[in-house]
Amino acid sequence: MVRYVLKRVVNYVVMLFLAVTGAFFLAASSLNARSVYAVRNPPLDPDVLNNMLYRWNLNDNTPLLERYWVWLKGVFLHWDWGYSPEGVWINDAISTKMWVSLRLLLIGTLAGILVGVLVGAWTATRQYKVSDRVFTGLALLIVCTPSFVLGIATQIVAININRLTGVSIFEFVGESGQHGSFPGAIFLDRLQHLLLPSLVLMAMGAAQLSRIQRNLMLDSLGEDYVRTARAKGLPKSKAVMRHALRTALIPTGTYVAFSVVGMVTGATYTEKVFSFPGMGAYFVDSVSRMNVHGVVAFTAFAGVSVVVGAILSDIAVALLDPRVRLG
Amino acid sequence: MSPILSVKDLHVTFPSEAGPVQAVRGLSFNLDRGETMALVGESGSGKSVTSLAIMGLHPDTARIEGSVQLDGEELLGKTDDQMSKIRGKRISMVFQDPLSALTPVYTIGDQIVEALVIHQSMSKPEAWDRAIELLNLVGIPDPATRAKAFPFEFSGGMRQRVMIAMAIANQPDIIIADEPTTALDVTIQAQVLEVLKKAQAETGAAMILITHDLGVVAGNGDKVTVMYAGRPVEQGSVDDIFYRPRMPYTIGLLGTVPRLDHSSDEALPVLEGTPPSVVNLPPGCPFAPRCPLADEACLEAEPSLELLDEPGVEPAALPHRAACVKVDQIEKNHWTHRDIFPAGVIQASQYADIPREDRQQVLELHQVRKYFPLMKGAIYRRQTGTIKAVDDIDLDVRRGETVGLVGESGSGKSTTLLEILELAKPQSGTISVLGQDTSALSRHERRDLRQHIQVVFQDPMAAVDPRLPVFDIIAEPLEAFGWNKPDIEKRVFELLDLVGLEPSHADRYPQHFSGGQRQRIGIARALALSPEILILDEPVSALDVSIQAGVINLLADLQGKLGLSYLFVAHDLAVIRHVADRVAVMYLGDIVEIGQVDQVYDAPTHPYTQALISAIPIPDPHVERSRQRIVLEGDLPSPANPPSGCKFRSRCPKFATLDSVSQTKCAEQAPVLTSCGTDHLMACHFGEAVSVL
Repeated sequence: MVRYVLKRVVNYVVMLFLAVTGAFFLAASSLNARSVYAVRNPPLDPDVLNNMLYRWNLNDNTPLLERYWVWLKGVFLHWDWGYSPEGVWINDAISTKMWVSLRLLLIGTLAGILVGVLVGAWTATRQYKVSDRVFTGLALLIVCTPSFVLGIATQIVAININRLTGVSIFEFVGESGQHGSFPGAIFLDRLQHLLLPSLVLMAMGAAQLSRIQRNLMLDSLGEDYVRTARAKGLPKSKAVMRHALRTALIPTGTYVAFSVVGMVTGATYTEKVFSFPGMGAYFVDSVSRMNVHGVVAFTAFAGVSVVVGAILSDIAVALLDPRVRLG
Repeated sequence: MSPILSVKDLHVTFPSEAGPVQAVRGLSFNLDRGETMALVGESGSGKSVTSLAIMGLHPDTARIEGSVQLDGEELLGKTDDQMSKIRGKRISMVFQDPLSALTPVYTIGDQIVEALVIHQSMSKPEAWDRAIELLNLVGIPDPATRAKAFPFEFSGGMRQRVMIAMAIANQPDIIIADEPTTALDVTIQAQVLEVLKKAQAETGAAMILITHDLGVVAGNGDKVTVMYAGRPVEQGSVDDIFYRPRMPYTIGLLGTVPRLDHSSDEALPVLEGTPPSVVNLPPGCPFAPRCPLADEACLEAEPSLELLDEPGVEPAALPHRAACVKVDQIEKNHWTHRDIFPAGVIQASQYADIPREDRQQVLELHQVRKYFPLMKGAIYRRQTGTIKAVDDIDLDVRRGETVGLVGESGSGKSTTLLEILELAKPQSGTISVLGQDTSALSRHERRDLRQHIQVVFQDPMAAVDPRLPVFDIIAEPLEAFGWNKPDIEKRVFELLDLVGLEPSHADRYPQHFSGGQRQRIGIARALALSPEILILDEPVSALDVSIQAGVINLLADLQGKLGLSYLFVAHDLAVIRHVADRVAVMYLGDIVEIGQVDQVYDAPTHPYTQALISAIPIPDPHVERSRQRIVLEGDLPSPANPPSGCKFRSRCPKFATLDSVSQTKCAEQAPVLTSCGTDHLMACHFGEAVSVL
């Protein structure tokens, strides 16, 4: 078991390194930090600009490979992720954003998995009944809706509810805002702000997963061993939970690893729509501001999220499936 | 004594888009304690539907009518919760496919414990102890350790033992065994049937044995119900059914199966056609369209199951009943299957009169070997062992003859076929096809040679492309060899006629055909290029018994007409006895006995051959009751790690009886094939002919 996980981890680390390297070359060759200063009026002295850019390892006169080498040494030797074209240290820029995003992603993904599995499994046992059709329609609607539309639609509904009740139940601008002075007020305020974007992320994840889980569950409901369990005298609900759902979870474990990618990119738009100061929003800004190192840092963050997701799902699969554990 | 189970006028109907599917129509029977009733019929006859109806495991959409009484208590109409208290406790079930019937993620101990604690108040450790006891009872070696293992760590036969242990865990009144041995090798089938008998004796339970194998019925049933198109068509004691069958379908079933204990070159009597669909059945006897005796009276109304008046026969617990209007006629004339069913016509081979030695060798294997390396490691791969799938075998097929190849799964039969079909140089040894050494062929020559050696596969459902019409399927090999369009068309219709299909079938797709017809399509495709050798890989084992005879006759007829040579692989030794001229028995990659078929069957000399033949049940109750069965211990050993010396010694019944000097010889020297009669060789140090039929 430990060996199995270690083997996977080594694979992932190699993959991660290649992905981040690729991102560096792509970003450094297509984003030009100099252009940020081209519109500066009065124009900057070219020598000064060259020196500045050189100091931040963003000078397009330096060969690409050399810039990569400097960046690589920085990351590995000093945990220094470089500077933006404005001279802001990336480590500073992302140190808080990272945790904001992580909180959102973690809650959204976990809730999405939980809701998706439950809805999928439940609708499978009620195949072709009204409840199954309603949830199928709902899930398809959410899957078809782009995440920013979903975000804005949620906001509109939230505004109307706030208006009708006269209390701001839902908060959806930023990550924190005004709050009272009662004990726990700060915490409650944070929760309020976290609620809607997490809900959107959860809905997106759950909608997709519920479809997959429904099909997996339908397959396993038809399996001989579920019939065996029923023939043993297990009531239907017990046979379904203990035998059908348990085996139908194994492929889900693998699927979740790959869905983390979608969650990270989905979170980008969601953060933008809800003005959440997270990594996704930072990434979009970085691209428009020619922030090479910001883009690379985001890629690394996304990559690590995916790898952690993948390792967790590998462990989940090994725990769920004795054939993987012992085979 | 009141019966433990009483089924009266059971009807099961499922809704479907084409109309209601009447899967079971009016089944009645009583079952006493300790008794076994066999439920016989082909796929779709309603056997399994009946068993699930008794268990209450049909979906809510199924309409179930009639009465099922367990010890006087009505079961139909009980809620699912009420039935849950009966299932597994008073009625339990053993399913067909042991590979999929156990939940893969729980240990087998857990699964047995689950069956125990749900019905009995016992603590976990108590239940675990009982589970180990049960595993011991059904013959799982080292049960305390094995209980902690997962299903994938067990072989098929071992898993079926686990299923049986689970079924008897709560001392049920009734065990329903649904095709319990169909998915298993014959040697393992014999083991599992023994375990079932033991389990029944231990619990005193009544048993419903669902099977299509009449041999299994003869050896295990007390009474029999034969079903056809959802209806019981004949009922009675085992002797009634086997020695005094009155319904033409029963007579046909018994007559069309090839017999292990009779040598015969004649064509098998054929039951034409296929069972009807049970949606919108026309009026009249459902068997009438296939029955040679049918006349207008048969088409008027469906005959009911009538009690037979048989003077001089002692009435059995289950009185003899049959559903046929011709019962009296059949009884009066003492008609048997020979009188009722037309025997197929088989053209005699032009080579029949030429002695074997004078015929050309069309296929010759000399010391052919196929080893598979066992690799380990992802980055640094290294070989950790060798699987000797085919271990230096000699085999030859002469023109116009059929050579049968038999053995358990894993014995190397299929690998041998694949090696031949490769038409390439084997790892060692030589393969010659029509006198040409395959290792010396150029690409072009190999392609040309391929025309002369073709293959028919086991599963007709999987072997033809469902998206091509029949014409294209048969035309494909011709196109591949560059035939022109008009010739192809002529040839395809010629082939359709040859295999007994209609010209109008050419435009249809495989899904419109039954299994037997699809196998004919596969045979037509194989014959398209006029090959001289056909490799037949279990060509009839996926077919229903009543369909098998037609395909076997067709193959025999084609052999006569076209002078074909067959290499015929099958696990059904009765089929091999009927079709083959010579037979080779394989064990773990070796041929252990080979010879003229009647010699090998009547006087098998190698202990493995004896065990194989002995394991096969014969559809004759008297014979079955008096037979001494040799039951092999355990499973086939791993071909990666076979025993030293004679590979069979770990399971050999003879080995156990030998003195230590002789045993040492078995352990140290691998026996080689030596002659033990005219055209009869075997590889055993101490082999002697024994009749096991």
